[in-house]
Amino acid sequence: MADTDVRRADVCVVAVADCFAGDGESLVNPIGVIPMIGGRLARAQHEPDLMMTDGEATLIADDAASVPAEQRTIETYNPYRRMFDVVWSGRRHVMMGATQVDRYGNQNIAALGPDPHRPKVQLLGVRGAPGNTINDTTSYWVARHSPKVFVEAVDVVCGIGWDRAAALGEEAARFFEVRRVVSDLGVFDFETDDHRMRVRSLHPGVTVDEVRAATGFELVVPDDVPTSRLPEPDELELVGEVIDPDGTRYREVPDPA
Amino acid sequence: MTAVATDKQMTPDEVVGRLRSGMTVGIGGWGSRRKPMALVRALLRSDVTDLHVVSYGGPEVGMLAAAGRIRHLTFAFVSPDVPNPLTGGSVPGLDPHFRAARQAGAFTATEVDEGMLLLGLQAAAWRVPFLPTRVGLGSDLFRLDPDLRTVRSPYPGPGGGEGEELVAQPAIPLDAALVHLNVGDARGNAAFTGADLYFDDLLLEAATEGYVSVERIVPTAELVAEAGDVTRLKVSRLFVTGVVEAPGGAAPTACDPEYERDEEWQGRWFATAKDAEARDALLEDWARG
Repeated sequence: MADTDVRRADVCVVAVADCFAGDGESLVNPIGVIPMIGGRLARAQHEPDLMMTDGEATLIADDAASVPAEQRTIETYNPYRRMFDVVWSGRRHVMMGATQVDRYGNQNIAALGPDPHRPKVQLLGVRGAPGNTINDTTSYWVARHSPKVFVEAVDVVCGIGWDRAAALGEEAARFFEVRRVVSDLGVFDFETDDHRMRVRSLHPGVTVDEVRAATGFELVVPDDVPTSRLPEPDELELVGEVIDPDGTRYREVPDPA
Repeated sequence: MTAVATDKQMTPDEVVGRLRSGMTVGIGGWGSRRKPMALVRALLRSDVTDLHVVSYGGPEVGMLAAAGRIRHLTFAFVSPDVPNPLTGGSVPGLDPHFRAARQAGAFTATEVDEGMLLLGLQAAAWRVPFLPTRVGLGSDLFRLDPDLRTVRSPYPGPGGGEGEELVAQPAIPLDAALVHLNVGDARGNAAFTGADLYFDDLLLEAATEGYVSVERIVPTAELVAEAGDVTRLKVSRLFVTGVVEAPGGAAPTACDPEYERDEEWQGRWFATAKDAEARDALLEDWARG
Protein backbone atom coordinates (compact mmCIF):
# COMPACT_ATOMS: atom_id res chain seq x y z
CA MET A 1 0.00 0.00 0.00
CA ALA A 2 1.41 3.38 -0.99
CA ASP A 3 1.60 6.02 1.72
CA THR A 4 -0.76 8.25 -0.20
CA ASP A 5 -3.54 5.71 0.17
CA VAL A 6 -3.23 5.60 3.93
CA ARG A 7 -5.76 7.54 5.87
CA ARG A 8 -4.42 9.32 8.93
CA ALA A 9 -7.25 8.19 11.21
CA ASP A 10 -6.50 4.52 10.45
CA VAL A 11 -2.85 5.00 11.37
CA CYS A 12 -4.02 6.57 14.64
CA VAL A 13 -6.34 3.63 15.30
CA VAL A 14 -3.58 1.02 15.00
CA ALA A 15 -1.19 3.23 17.01
CA VAL A 16 -3.77 3.29 19.80
CA ALA A 17 -4.32 -0.46 19.52
CA ASP A 18 -0.57 -1.05 19.89
CA CYS A 19 -0.56 0.88 23.20
CA PHE A 20 -2.49 -2.00 24.77
CA ALA A 21 -0.05 -4.72 23.72
CA GLY A 22 0.77 -6.95 26.66
CA ASP A 23 -2.07 -5.71 28.84
CA GLY A 24 -3.64 -9.18 28.97
CA GLU A 25 -6.68 -9.55 31.19
CA SER A 26 -7.21 -5.96 32.25
CA LEU A 27 -9.87 -3.33 31.86
CA VAL A 28 -8.83 -1.00 29.11
CA ASN A 29 -10.65 2.26 29.25
CA PRO A 30 -10.01 4.17 26.04
CA ILE A 31 -11.90 7.48 26.23
CA GLY A 32 -12.75 9.14 22.91
CA VAL A 33 -13.72 7.93 19.47
CA ILE A 34 -10.39 6.77 18.07
CA PRO A 35 -9.23 5.35 21.42
CA MET A 36 -12.46 3.33 21.63
CA ILE A 37 -11.97 2.00 18.10
CA GLY A 38 -8.28 1.28 18.76
CA GLY A 39 -9.10 -0.53 22.00
CA ARG A 40 -11.59 -2.75 20.24
CA LEU A 41 -9.11 -3.45 17.48
CA ALA A 42 -6.51 -4.48 20.07
CA ARG A 43 -8.96 -6.90 21.66
CA ALA A 44 -10.00 -8.37 18.32
CA GLN A 45 -6.45 -8.69 17.01
CA HIS A 46 -3.88 -9.36 19.69
CA GLU A 47 -5.28 -8.96 23.22
CA PRO A 48 -8.42 -11.12 23.38
CA ASP A 49 -8.66 -10.98 27.17
CA LEU A 50 -9.03 -7.22 27.49
CA MET A 51 -12.25 -5.99 29.09
CA MET A 52 -14.04 -2.87 27.93
CA THR A 53 -16.82 -0.67 29.23
CA ASP A 54 -19.94 0.54 27.43
CA GLY A 55 -19.30 3.93 29.05
CA GLU A 56 -22.00 3.24 31.60
CA ALA A 57 -22.58 0.38 34.01
CA THR A 58 -21.49 -2.75 32.16
CA LEU A 59 -18.45 -4.28 30.50
CA ILE A 60 -19.30 -5.53 27.04
CA ALA A 61 -17.73 -8.13 24.81
CA ASP A 62 -18.80 -6.73 21.43
CA ASP A 63 -16.29 -5.84 18.75
CA ALA A 64 -18.21 -2.89 17.35
CA ALA A 65 -17.45 0.51 18.89
CA SER A 66 -21.05 1.66 19.00
CA VAL A 67 -23.54 -1.06 19.88
CA PRO A 68 -27.19 -0.27 20.65
CA ALA A 69 -27.99 -1.02 24.30
CA GLU A 70 -30.37 -3.88 23.52
CA GLN A 71 -27.79 -5.68 21.35
CA ARG A 72 -24.84 -5.57 23.74
CA THR A 73 -23.17 -8.72 25.00
CA ILE A 74 -22.69 -7.95 28.67
CA GLU A 75 -19.88 -9.78 30.48
CA THR A 76 -20.13 -8.15 33.89
CA TYR A 77 -21.66 -5.40 35.94
CA ASN A 78 -19.43 -2.39 36.43
CA PRO A 79 -21.30 0.63 37.83
CA TYR A 80 -19.36 3.79 38.67
CA ARG A 81 -18.63 2.72 42.21
CA ARG A 82 -17.24 -0.60 41.02
CA MET A 83 -14.93 1.25 38.63
CA PHE A 84 -12.99 2.65 41.59
CA ASP A 85 -12.43 -0.90 42.84
CA VAL A 86 -10.93 -1.72 39.46
CA VAL A 87 -8.87 1.50 39.29
CA TRP A 88 -7.46 1.00 42.75
CA SER A 89 -6.73 -2.68 42.02
CA GLY A 90 -4.49 -1.54 39.18
CA ARG A 91 -5.96 -3.98 36.65
CA ARG A 92 -6.64 -1.23 34.18
CA HIS A 93 -5.08 0.82 31.41
CA VAL A 94 -6.86 4.11 30.80
CA MET A 95 -6.40 6.32 27.76
CA MET A 96 -7.57 9.80 28.66
CA GLY A 97 -7.76 13.02 26.71
CA ALA A 98 -5.69 16.03 27.70
CA THR A 99 -6.30 19.74 27.38
CA GLN A 100 -2.63 20.21 28.24
CA VAL A 101 0.26 17.77 28.55
CA ASP A 102 3.91 18.51 29.30
CA ARG A 103 7.22 16.80 28.49
CA TYR A 104 6.96 14.46 31.50
CA GLY A 105 3.36 13.50 30.77
CA ASN A 106 1.70 15.70 33.39
CA GLN A 107 -1.86 16.26 32.19
CA ASN A 108 -4.50 18.91 32.76
CA ILE A 109 -8.26 18.69 32.18
CA ALA A 110 -9.38 20.91 35.08
CA ALA A 111 -8.74 24.58 34.39
CA LEU A 112 -6.53 27.04 32.52
CA GLY A 113 -4.76 30.05 33.97
CA PRO A 114 -2.20 30.74 36.70
CA ASP A 115 -4.68 30.89 39.61
CA PRO A 116 -6.55 27.60 40.06
CA HIS A 117 -8.90 29.30 42.54
CA ARG A 118 -9.96 31.82 39.93
CA PRO A 119 -9.51 29.97 36.62
CA LYS A 120 -9.19 31.89 33.41
CA VAL A 121 -10.99 29.00 31.71
CA GLN A 122 -12.87 26.45 33.77
CA LEU A 123 -12.75 22.95 32.26
CA LEU A 124 -14.24 19.67 33.48
CA GLY A 125 -12.47 19.32 36.82
CA VAL A 126 -9.79 16.77 37.74
CA ARG A 127 -12.27 13.90 37.24
CA GLY A 128 -10.46 10.62 37.94
CA ALA A 129 -7.06 11.66 36.62
CA PRO A 130 -5.15 11.75 39.95
CA GLY A 131 -6.43 8.31 40.92
CA ASN A 132 -5.88 6.85 37.47
CA THR A 133 -2.27 7.90 37.14
CA ILE A 134 -1.13 6.86 40.62
CA ASN A 135 -2.81 3.44 40.33
CA ASP A 136 -2.98 2.41 36.69
CA THR A 137 -1.19 2.39 33.41
CA THR A 138 -2.22 5.57 31.63
CA SER A 139 -1.90 6.79 28.04
CA TYR A 140 -3.20 9.90 26.34
CA TRP A 141 -4.94 10.66 23.09
CA VAL A 142 -4.72 14.10 21.49
CA ALA A 143 -6.75 14.51 18.30
CA ARG A 144 -5.20 17.84 17.33
CA HIS A 145 -1.52 18.14 18.15
CA SER A 146 -0.70 21.80 18.87
CA PRO A 147 1.53 23.96 21.06
CA LYS A 148 -1.58 24.84 23.08
CA VAL A 149 -1.90 21.20 24.12
CA PHE A 150 1.79 20.26 24.34
CA VAL A 151 2.97 22.94 26.75
CA GLU A 152 6.08 23.74 28.77
CA ALA A 153 4.12 23.43 32.03
CA VAL A 154 0.49 22.45 32.56
CA ASP A 155 -1.62 24.86 34.61
CA VAL A 156 -3.08 22.19 36.91
CA VAL A 157 -1.51 18.75 37.35
CA CYS A 158 -4.50 16.39 37.25
CA GLY A 159 -2.78 13.30 35.84
CA ILE A 160 0.73 13.09 37.26
CA GLY A 161 3.79 12.79 35.02
CA TRP A 162 7.14 11.03 35.32
CA ASP A 163 8.85 13.89 37.23
CA ARG A 164 6.08 14.01 39.82
CA ALA A 165 6.21 10.23 40.16
CA ALA A 166 9.99 10.32 40.60
CA ALA A 167 9.63 12.95 43.34
CA LEU A 168 7.24 10.65 45.21
CA GLY A 169 9.87 7.92 45.35
CA GLU A 170 9.97 4.42 44.04
CA GLU A 171 7.66 2.90 46.61
CA ALA A 172 4.89 5.49 46.46
CA ALA A 173 4.96 5.53 42.68
CA ARG A 174 5.32 1.79 42.19
CA PHE A 175 2.06 1.49 40.24
CA PHE A 176 2.66 4.56 38.09
CA GLU A 177 3.17 4.21 34.35
CA VAL A 178 2.38 6.85 31.77
CA ARG A 179 3.02 4.74 28.70
CA ARG A 180 2.22 6.57 25.47
CA VAL A 181 0.78 9.67 23.95
CA VAL A 182 -0.86 9.19 20.57
CA SER A 183 -1.76 12.25 18.52
CA ASP A 184 -2.81 12.96 14.96
CA LEU A 185 0.87 13.54 14.17
CA GLY A 186 2.62 10.65 15.86
CA VAL A 187 3.28 8.34 18.76
CA PHE A 188 5.29 9.47 21.77
CA ASP A 189 6.71 7.64 24.77
CA PHE A 190 8.83 8.38 27.83
CA GLU A 191 11.46 5.69 27.36
CA THR A 192 14.38 8.06 27.87
CA ASP A 193 16.84 8.22 30.78
CA ASP A 194 15.00 11.07 32.47
CA HIS A 195 11.56 10.14 31.11
CA ARG A 196 11.23 13.13 28.84
CA MET A 197 8.74 12.71 26.01
CA ARG A 198 10.28 11.13 22.97
CA VAL A 199 9.11 10.76 19.41
CA ARG A 200 8.47 7.05 19.03
CA SER A 201 7.17 7.35 15.49
CA LEU A 202 5.64 9.93 13.19
CA HIS A 203 2.63 9.15 11.03
CA PRO A 204 3.30 8.82 7.30
CA GLY A 205 3.77 12.28 5.79
CA VAL A 206 4.54 14.04 9.08
CA THR A 207 7.96 15.68 9.33
CA VAL A 208 10.11 16.29 12.38
CA ASP A 209 9.88 20.04 11.73
CA GLU A 210 6.10 19.85 11.65
CA VAL A 211 5.86 18.06 14.98
CA ARG A 212 8.45 20.38 16.56
CA ALA A 213 6.46 23.41 15.43
CA ALA A 214 3.32 21.90 16.93
CA THR A 215 4.93 21.14 20.30
CA GLY A 216 5.52 23.80 22.97
CA PHE A 217 8.53 22.06 24.51
CA GLU A 218 11.64 20.34 23.25
CA LEU A 219 10.88 16.76 22.26
CA VAL A 220 13.49 14.05 22.37
CA VAL A 221 13.96 13.19 18.70
CA PRO A 222 15.99 10.07 17.84
CA ASP A 223 18.48 10.25 14.97
CA ASP A 224 16.33 8.00 12.87
CA VAL A 225 12.66 8.72 13.41
CA PRO A 226 10.54 5.67 12.62
CA THR A 227 7.36 6.02 10.62
CA SER A 228 4.24 4.82 12.39
CA ARG A 229 3.25 1.42 11.11
CA LEU A 230 0.52 1.12 8.54
CA PRO A 231 -2.65 -0.80 9.27
CA GLU A 232 -2.59 -4.38 7.99
CA PRO A 233 -5.26 -5.26 5.43
CA ASP A 234 -7.11 -7.44 7.96
CA GLU A 235 -7.05 -4.60 10.48
CA LEU A 236 -8.50 -2.19 7.93
CA GLU A 237 -11.18 -4.71 7.10
CA LEU A 238 -12.09 -5.26 10.75
CA VAL A 239 -12.21 -1.55 11.53
CA GLY A 240 -14.08 -0.65 8.35
CA GLU A 241 -16.61 -3.45 8.43
CA VAL A 242 -17.16 -4.29 12.08
CA ILE A 243 -15.71 -1.82 14.58
CA ASP A 244 -16.45 1.51 12.93
CA PRO A 245 -18.48 0.95 9.76
CA ASP A 246 -19.82 4.52 9.89
CA GLY A 247 -16.32 5.96 9.62
CA THR A 248 -16.64 8.16 12.71
CA ARG A 249 -12.85 8.01 13.01
CA TYR A 250 -12.46 10.12 9.87
CA ARG A 251 -14.46 12.90 11.47
CA GLU A 252 -12.26 12.92 14.55
CA VAL A 253 -9.07 12.91 12.50
CA PRO A 254 -9.58 14.14 8.94
CA ASP A 255 -6.86 13.50 6.39
CA PRO A 256 -4.22 16.23 6.19
CA ALA A 257 -4.92 18.83 3.51
CA MET B 1 -53.29 -0.63 70.81
CA THR B 2 -51.41 -0.90 67.56
CA ALA B 3 -48.41 1.31 66.95
CA VAL B 4 -48.51 3.35 63.76
CA ALA B 5 -45.35 3.52 61.69
CA THR B 6 -44.03 6.91 60.63
CA ASP B 7 -45.17 8.11 57.25
CA LYS B 8 -42.38 10.27 55.84
CA GLN B 9 -44.14 11.55 52.75
CA MET B 10 -43.56 15.23 52.00
CA THR B 11 -43.86 17.67 49.15
CA PRO B 12 -40.73 19.13 47.56
CA ASP B 13 -41.52 22.46 49.22
CA GLU B 14 -41.78 20.77 52.61
CA VAL B 15 -38.35 19.21 52.08
CA VAL B 16 -36.81 22.55 51.20
CA GLY B 17 -38.66 24.11 54.15
CA ARG B 18 -36.45 21.96 56.35
CA LEU B 19 -33.24 23.19 54.76
CA ARG B 20 -31.42 26.29 56.00
CA SER B 21 -29.11 28.72 54.30
CA GLY B 22 -25.46 27.90 54.88
CA MET B 23 -25.99 24.13 54.97
CA THR B 24 -23.77 21.54 53.32
CA VAL B 25 -26.02 19.72 50.85
CA GLY B 26 -25.08 16.61 48.90
CA ILE B 27 -26.83 16.06 45.59
CA GLY B 28 -27.15 12.53 44.20
CA GLY B 29 -27.00 11.17 40.66
CA TRP B 30 -24.07 11.62 38.31
CA GLY B 31 -23.55 14.20 35.56
CA SER B 32 -26.91 14.46 33.78
CA ARG B 33 -28.17 11.22 35.23
CA ARG B 34 -30.93 10.82 37.82
CA LYS B 35 -30.48 14.17 39.52
CA PRO B 36 -33.13 15.10 42.13
CA MET B 37 -34.39 17.94 39.98
CA ALA B 38 -37.86 18.23 41.54
CA LEU B 39 -36.08 19.02 44.81
CA VAL B 40 -33.60 21.39 43.12
CA ARG B 41 -36.56 23.12 41.56
CA ALA B 42 -38.15 23.64 44.99
CA LEU B 43 -34.81 24.90 46.26
CA LEU B 44 -34.78 27.52 43.51
CA ARG B 45 -38.31 28.60 44.50
CA SER B 46 -37.18 29.05 48.11
CA ASP B 47 -34.83 31.65 49.56
CA VAL B 48 -32.37 29.03 50.85
CA THR B 49 -28.89 30.14 49.78
CA ASP B 50 -25.20 30.30 50.77
CA LEU B 51 -24.97 26.54 50.27
CA HIS B 52 -21.96 24.26 50.29
CA VAL B 53 -22.89 21.87 47.49
CA VAL B 54 -21.26 18.43 47.20
CA SER B 55 -21.91 16.68 43.90
CA TYR B 56 -20.80 14.53 41.01
CA GLY B 57 -21.91 17.60 39.15
CA GLY B 58 -24.43 17.90 36.37
CA PRO B 59 -26.71 20.72 35.22
CA GLU B 60 -28.03 21.27 38.76
CA VAL B 61 -24.69 22.81 39.71
CA GLY B 62 -24.90 25.28 36.82
CA MET B 63 -28.49 26.10 37.79
CA LEU B 64 -27.73 26.69 41.46
CA ALA B 65 -24.63 28.68 40.51
CA ALA B 66 -26.59 30.80 38.02
CA ALA B 67 -29.16 31.48 40.74
CA GLY B 68 -26.39 32.57 43.12
CA ARG B 69 -27.12 29.88 45.71
CA ILE B 70 -23.64 28.36 46.00
CA ARG B 71 -21.05 29.59 48.49
CA HIS B 72 -18.72 26.63 48.15
CA LEU B 73 -18.61 23.62 45.86
CA THR B 74 -16.94 20.27 46.47
CA PHE B 75 -16.57 18.57 43.12
CA ALA B 76 -14.50 16.22 40.97
CA PHE B 77 -16.20 17.36 37.78
CA VAL B 78 -19.19 19.30 36.59
CA SER B 79 -20.01 17.85 33.21
CA PRO B 80 -23.51 17.24 32.05
CA ASP B 81 -23.63 14.54 29.40
CA VAL B 82 -24.25 15.91 25.95
CA PRO B 83 -24.78 14.05 22.67
CA ASN B 84 -21.62 12.79 21.04
CA PRO B 85 -21.67 14.27 17.54
CA LEU B 86 -19.55 11.38 16.27
CA THR B 87 -21.24 8.31 17.68
CA GLY B 88 -24.68 9.47 18.77
CA GLY B 89 -23.81 8.35 22.32
CA SER B 90 -22.92 10.67 25.16
CA VAL B 91 -19.80 12.62 26.04
CA PRO B 92 -19.17 14.77 29.07
CA GLY B 93 -19.92 18.37 28.17
CA LEU B 94 -18.75 21.57 29.75
CA ASP B 95 -21.51 23.30 31.69
CA PRO B 96 -21.35 26.92 30.52
CA HIS B 97 -23.16 28.27 33.60
CA PHE B 98 -20.84 26.50 36.01
CA ARG B 99 -17.92 27.68 33.93
CA ALA B 100 -19.05 31.32 33.91
CA ALA B 101 -19.72 31.36 37.67
CA ARG B 102 -16.39 29.77 38.44
CA GLN B 103 -14.48 32.13 36.19
CA ALA B 104 -16.26 35.07 37.84
CA GLY B 105 -15.18 33.78 41.26
CA ALA B 106 -18.83 33.41 42.30
CA PHE B 107 -18.01 30.67 44.83
CA THR B 108 -15.03 28.91 46.38
CA ALA B 109 -14.34 25.25 45.73
CA THR B 110 -12.72 22.09 46.99
CA GLU B 111 -11.58 20.01 44.03
CA VAL B 112 -11.21 16.28 44.54
CA ASP B 113 -10.66 13.18 42.43
CA GLU B 114 -13.90 11.26 41.76
CA GLY B 115 -12.73 8.47 44.03
CA MET B 116 -11.76 10.88 46.82
CA LEU B 117 -15.32 12.16 46.87
CA LEU B 118 -16.50 8.59 47.38
CA LEU B 119 -14.00 8.15 50.25
CA GLY B 120 -14.97 11.47 51.85
CA LEU B 121 -18.62 10.44 51.90
CA GLN B 122 -17.74 6.95 53.14
CA ALA B 123 -15.65 8.40 55.98
CA ALA B 124 -18.55 10.62 57.00
CA ALA B 125 -20.96 7.68 56.82
CA TRP B 126 -18.64 5.60 59.03
CA ARG B 127 -18.00 8.54 61.38
CA VAL B 128 -14.24 8.45 60.96
CA PRO B 129 -12.21 11.64 60.29
CA PHE B 130 -10.51 10.41 57.13
CA LEU B 131 -9.77 7.42 54.92
CA PRO B 132 -6.33 6.72 53.47
CA THR B 133 -5.79 6.48 49.75
CA ARG B 134 -3.09 6.63 47.14
CA VAL B 135 -5.35 8.86 45.05
CA GLY B 136 -4.08 12.43 44.85
CA LEU B 137 -0.39 11.70 45.53
CA GLY B 138 1.84 13.84 43.33
CA SER B 139 -1.07 15.81 41.88
CA ASP B 140 -1.98 19.49 42.24
CA LEU B 141 -4.87 18.62 44.56
CA PHE B 142 -2.59 19.69 47.40
CA ARG B 143 -2.12 23.09 45.75
CA LEU B 144 -5.85 23.38 45.09
CA ASP B 145 -6.69 22.48 48.68
CA PRO B 146 -4.05 23.66 51.19
CA ASP B 147 -5.97 21.86 53.95
CA LEU B 148 -5.41 18.44 52.40
CA ARG B 149 -3.05 16.28 54.50
CA THR B 150 -1.23 13.00 54.22
CA VAL B 151 -1.03 10.20 56.78
CA ARG B 152 1.76 7.69 57.36
CA SER B 153 0.91 4.03 57.75
CA PRO B 154 1.91 2.60 61.15
CA TYR B 155 2.81 -0.63 59.37
CA PRO B 156 6.03 -1.28 57.46
CA GLY B 157 6.11 -0.31 53.78
CA PRO B 158 6.11 -2.92 51.01
CA GLY B 159 9.93 -2.94 51.06
CA GLY B 160 9.93 -3.54 54.80
CA GLY B 161 10.94 0.04 55.60
CA GLU B 162 8.99 3.01 56.83
CA GLY B 163 5.21 2.92 56.42
CA GLU B 164 3.69 4.36 53.27
CA GLU B 165 2.60 7.96 53.17
CA LEU B 166 -0.92 8.25 51.78
CA VAL B 167 -3.51 10.93 51.23
CA ALA B 168 -5.82 11.34 54.23
CA GLN B 169 -9.09 12.12 52.49
CA PRO B 170 -11.14 14.00 55.09
CA ALA B 171 -14.72 13.03 55.81
CA ILE B 172 -17.30 15.09 53.93
CA PRO B 173 -20.24 15.16 56.34
CA LEU B 174 -23.47 16.53 54.90
CA ASP B 175 -26.24 18.40 56.66
CA ALA B 176 -28.65 17.11 54.05
CA ALA B 177 -28.66 14.83 51.04
CA LEU B 178 -31.08 15.09 48.11
CA VAL B 179 -31.44 12.07 45.83
CA HIS B 180 -33.93 10.73 43.29
CA LEU B 181 -34.72 7.03 42.85
CA ASN B 182 -37.23 5.01 40.86
CA VAL B 183 -39.46 3.51 43.49
CA GLY B 184 -39.95 3.75 47.24
CA ASP B 185 -42.42 3.33 50.08
CA ALA B 186 -43.89 5.94 52.41
CA ARG B 187 -41.34 5.11 55.10
CA GLY B 188 -38.22 5.84 53.05
CA ASN B 189 -37.14 2.47 51.72
CA ALA B 190 -36.26 2.89 48.08
CA ALA B 191 -34.78 1.16 45.04
CA PHE B 192 -33.07 1.99 41.77
CA THR B 193 -34.34 0.09 38.73
CA GLY B 194 -31.88 1.48 36.17
CA ALA B 195 -28.32 0.36 35.50
CA ASP B 196 -26.49 2.31 38.21
CA LEU B 197 -27.22 3.41 41.77
CA TYR B 198 -24.42 5.99 41.52
CA PHE B 199 -23.61 7.11 45.11
CA ASP B 200 -27.10 7.90 46.34
CA ASP B 201 -27.07 5.50 49.30
CA LEU B 202 -23.70 6.81 50.42
CA LEU B 203 -24.85 10.45 50.27
CA LEU B 204 -27.81 9.59 52.47
CA GLU B 205 -25.60 7.75 54.93
CA ALA B 206 -23.17 10.70 55.08
CA ALA B 207 -25.99 13.14 55.83
CA THR B 208 -27.74 14.19 59.01
CA GLU B 209 -31.00 14.38 57.07
CA GLY B 210 -31.71 12.44 53.90
CA TYR B 211 -34.42 13.30 51.39
CA VAL B 212 -35.46 10.93 48.62
CA SER B 213 -37.77 11.72 45.77
CA VAL B 214 -39.07 8.75 43.79
CA GLU B 215 -40.92 8.23 40.56
CA ARG B 216 -43.62 6.34 42.47
CA ILE B 217 -44.49 5.36 46.02
CA VAL B 218 -45.82 1.83 46.52
CA PRO B 219 -46.85 -0.19 49.59
CA THR B 220 -43.86 -1.77 51.34
CA ALA B 221 -45.21 -5.22 50.50
CA GLU B 222 -44.86 -4.42 46.79
CA LEU B 223 -41.35 -2.94 46.93
CA VAL B 224 -39.39 -6.04 45.96
CA ALA B 225 -41.68 -6.81 43.04
CA GLU B 226 -41.61 -3.19 41.89
CA ALA B 227 -37.84 -3.01 42.20
CA GLY B 228 -37.38 -6.24 40.25
CA ASP B 229 -35.39 -8.07 42.89
CA VAL B 230 -34.12 -7.62 46.42
CA THR B 231 -30.60 -6.53 45.41
CA ARG B 232 -32.04 -3.27 44.13
CA LEU B 233 -33.36 -2.18 47.54
CA LYS B 234 -30.26 -0.13 48.23
CA VAL B 235 -31.80 2.69 50.26
CA SER B 236 -33.01 1.86 53.76
CA ARG B 237 -35.39 4.06 55.76
CA LEU B 238 -32.74 4.19 58.51
CA PHE B 239 -31.10 6.93 56.48
CA VAL B 240 -34.16 8.72 55.13
CA THR B 241 -35.92 11.69 56.72
CA GLY B 242 -38.43 12.47 54.02
CA VAL B 243 -39.90 10.87 50.90
CA VAL B 244 -41.39 12.74 47.98
CA GLU B 245 -43.46 11.20 45.22
CA ALA B 246 -42.26 13.06 42.15
CA PRO B 247 -43.03 11.43 38.79
CA GLY B 248 -40.61 12.88 36.25
CA GLY B 249 -38.66 14.24 39.23
CA ALA B 250 -35.24 13.85 37.59
CA ALA B 251 -36.09 15.69 34.38
CA PRO B 252 -34.44 17.21 32.44
CA THR B 253 -31.74 14.70 33.49
CA ALA B 254 -32.09 11.01 32.61
CA CYS B 255 -33.93 8.55 34.82
CA ASP B 256 -33.03 5.12 33.50
CA PRO B 257 -35.17 3.10 32.62
CA GLU B 258 -38.15 5.49 32.86
CA TYR B 259 -37.03 8.36 30.63
CA GLU B 260 -34.03 9.79 28.84
CA ARG B 261 -32.26 13.09 29.26
CA ASP B 262 -34.33 16.00 27.89
CA GLU B 263 -31.79 16.98 25.30
CA GLU B 264 -33.93 19.76 23.93
CA TRP B 265 -34.40 21.47 27.30
CA GLN B 266 -30.78 21.01 28.32
CA GLY B 267 -29.68 22.47 25.00
CA ARG B 268 -31.94 25.48 25.45
CA TRP B 269 -30.62 26.00 28.98
CA PHE B 270 -26.99 25.81 27.89
CA ALA B 271 -27.72 28.19 25.00
CA THR B 272 -28.54 30.96 27.47
CA ALA B 273 -24.92 31.05 28.65
CA LYS B 274 -24.19 34.45 27.19
CA ASP B 275 -27.54 36.06 27.91
CA ALA B 276 -28.16 36.61 31.62
CA GLU B 277 -31.70 37.82 31.07
CA ALA B 278 -32.71 34.80 29.02
CA ARG B 279 -30.94 32.55 31.50
CA ASP B 280 -32.81 33.96 34.49
CA ALA B 281 -36.13 33.86 32.66
CA LEU B 282 -35.70 30.24 31.63
CA LEU B 283 -34.56 29.22 35.10
CA GLU B 284 -37.42 31.01 36.79
CA ASP B 285 -39.90 29.52 34.37
CA TRP B 286 -38.48 26.06 35.00
CA ALA B 287 -38.43 26.46 38.78
CA ARG B 288 -42.09 27.50 38.77
CA GLY B 289 -42.87 24.24 36.95
